[in-house]
Amino acid sequence: MTLADGVWQQIFSFDNYGELLALVRNSLIVGAALGLVGGLAGVFVVMRDLPFAVHGISELSFAGASAALLLETNIVAGSIAGSLLAAGAIGILGARARDRNSVIGIIMPFGLGLGVLFLALYKGRAANKFGLLTGQIVAVDTPQTTWLLGTSALVLIALAAMWRPLAFASADPDVAEARGVPVRALSFAFMIVLGLAVALSVQIVGALLVLSLVVTPAAAAARITASPVLLPVLSVVFAVLSIEGGILLALGSSIPISPYVTTISFTVYAACRLAGTYRTRRWGAGKTASQPA
Amino acid sequence: MAFVPRARHGGTMSGAGTGGSDTAAVISLRGAALSYGERVVWRDLDLDVRPGEFLAVLGPNGAGKTSFVRALLGRQPLSAGELTVLGRPPRDAARHLGYVPQQAELSAQAMVRARDLVRFGIDGHRFGPRVRTGAVRRRVDEILASVGASAYADVPLGLLSGGERQRVRIGQALATDPRILLCDEPLLSLDLHHQQAVTELVDARRRSHGTAVVFVTHEINPVLGLVDRVLYLARGGHRVGTPEEVLTSHALSQLYGTQVDVVRVHGRVVVVGAPDGTAAPPHHPHDADRAHALHETDGVRP
Repeated sequence: MTLADGVWQQIFSFDNYGELLALVRNSLIVGAALGLVGGLAGVFVVMRDLPFAVHGISELSFAGASAALLLETNIVAGSIAGSLLAAGAIGILGARARDRNSVIGIIMPFGLGLGVLFLALYKGRAANKFGLLTGQIVAVDTPQTTWLLGTSALVLIALAAMWRPLAFASADPDVAEARGVPVRALSFAFMIVLGLAVALSVQIVGALLVLSLVVTPAAAAARITASPVLLPVLSVVFAVLSIEGGILLALGSSIPISPYVTTISFTVYAACRLAGTYRTRRWGAGKTASQPA
Repeated sequence: MAFVPRARHGGTMSGAGTGGSDTAAVISLRGAALSYGERVVWRDLDLDVRPGEFLAVLGPNGAGKTSFVRALLGRQPLSAGELTVLGRPPRDAARHLGYVPQQAELSAQAMVRARDLVRFGIDGHRFGPRVRTGAVRRRVDEILASVGASAYADVPLGLLSGGERQRVRIGQALATDPRILLCDEPLLSLDLHHQQAVTELVDARRRSHGTAVVFVTHEINPVLGLVDRVLYLARGGHRVGTPEEVLTSHALSQLYGTQVDVVRVHGRVVVVGAPDGTAAPPHHPHDADRAHALHETDGVRP
């Protein structure tokens, strides 16, 4: 066997696939929920230009999860606590875009440092440590599943309730405020929702790669459509495709799930970008042609 | 704060509105003042805007034009005096006020189509799931047609030219059938052709519906023929009156406290010597170096 074959076998292996599939049933269910949450929250992350905030929140979420690991309590709860702390701080201290980035830049390394500290103190399985940063699939047990699905439901309900004014406030804050939309309250509320969504995503793809689930699918969808209906639908489809595809491909291999997820979502984005170039050209031309005399 | 006379105020030249005195004012300011801490932006402002009236708000940067807009929107409380919009506090009248904000780069420009922006104007402020009504969609189509934006209804804002975007903006502001149209520098960075198109849309609306227009602008000339009254804000005070009354060498010299000459050439007003050079040479309020942006043409895509 050549070296290349060996590497290939490590990356893609489908031995005993049926049995393995049963093991990750929970992960697949949670993955679908995360795809839905990440895809929808991502629409506003892109609209409001918040990718850096997502990254900052995920590092504190990681700190929370590793603290929970060290204290042997619920990891999902720890991760959510860390997320909410970060989201709240960013929401309060960084209401204006200019302040926001520095606040995130200050919070992020602090969170990461805390996380590293907790992990260094933790004496348990090394795989648990690594999983928080780069993702894990089999680790989702039943009580965790309940937590993850419950939080997903909460996020979905919150997003459904505030979708319209949030879209208005995100796209056109001046006029939204003039029309009486509570722009600041919505901005804070969305940070909290985003914190929850990020905490969920950390469980599967890991803290370092949350962006591939919360930003890339929505950014890809925005490349090919501006329809307020099609955009979130496509974003969710791309997110679910990335995460479920990632789980299924990672199943037989000894490699963490995240490279699969990130590669799929990046490929989708690249394809959408290409398609989007065509779209822009078509519109530019079509519009001039149909301009009323 | 000095006592506020109910009738005419001595300090300002309260020009007669063109609307008959029988119609109630849609905007009413009495002894209004606005200050940030120690710095008084304007004070003793008495003004009634009547239905169908076209009020231009002029003045140099820092004289309080933006604060005036914010006050009308209910986003900036007065430090003294009284302001009512349609007889109530401005915040309660928000629904009847169409607002065209200063052009700004929107972070989500590529994700919002012209028709979405208009639709926000209709039901964007409502919480809860959207009830799919064909009526709203038809209304959006109607509005887009009325401002001549149907051809690019489905194009993201980021791909529109400044003039096209401004048409859509006016459509959005008119979506709620407002009684007041508040436009903040709507002609900024538009070429002459588009300036004309935009002012015509605004003027048509006030003639057909009696909508009062408050038009904040650096450049009076594109709207000179339409303006009923001018509110000229300067650092030393303000003047209210018809363009003939306010845009004179005497009035502006008094306002600025220095010799200012107002020249009329071929129906255009040119102000010479005003500190900050306002009404005459068009310049960008944020960045004079971007003056070339004023000549954006239809073909330019951001």
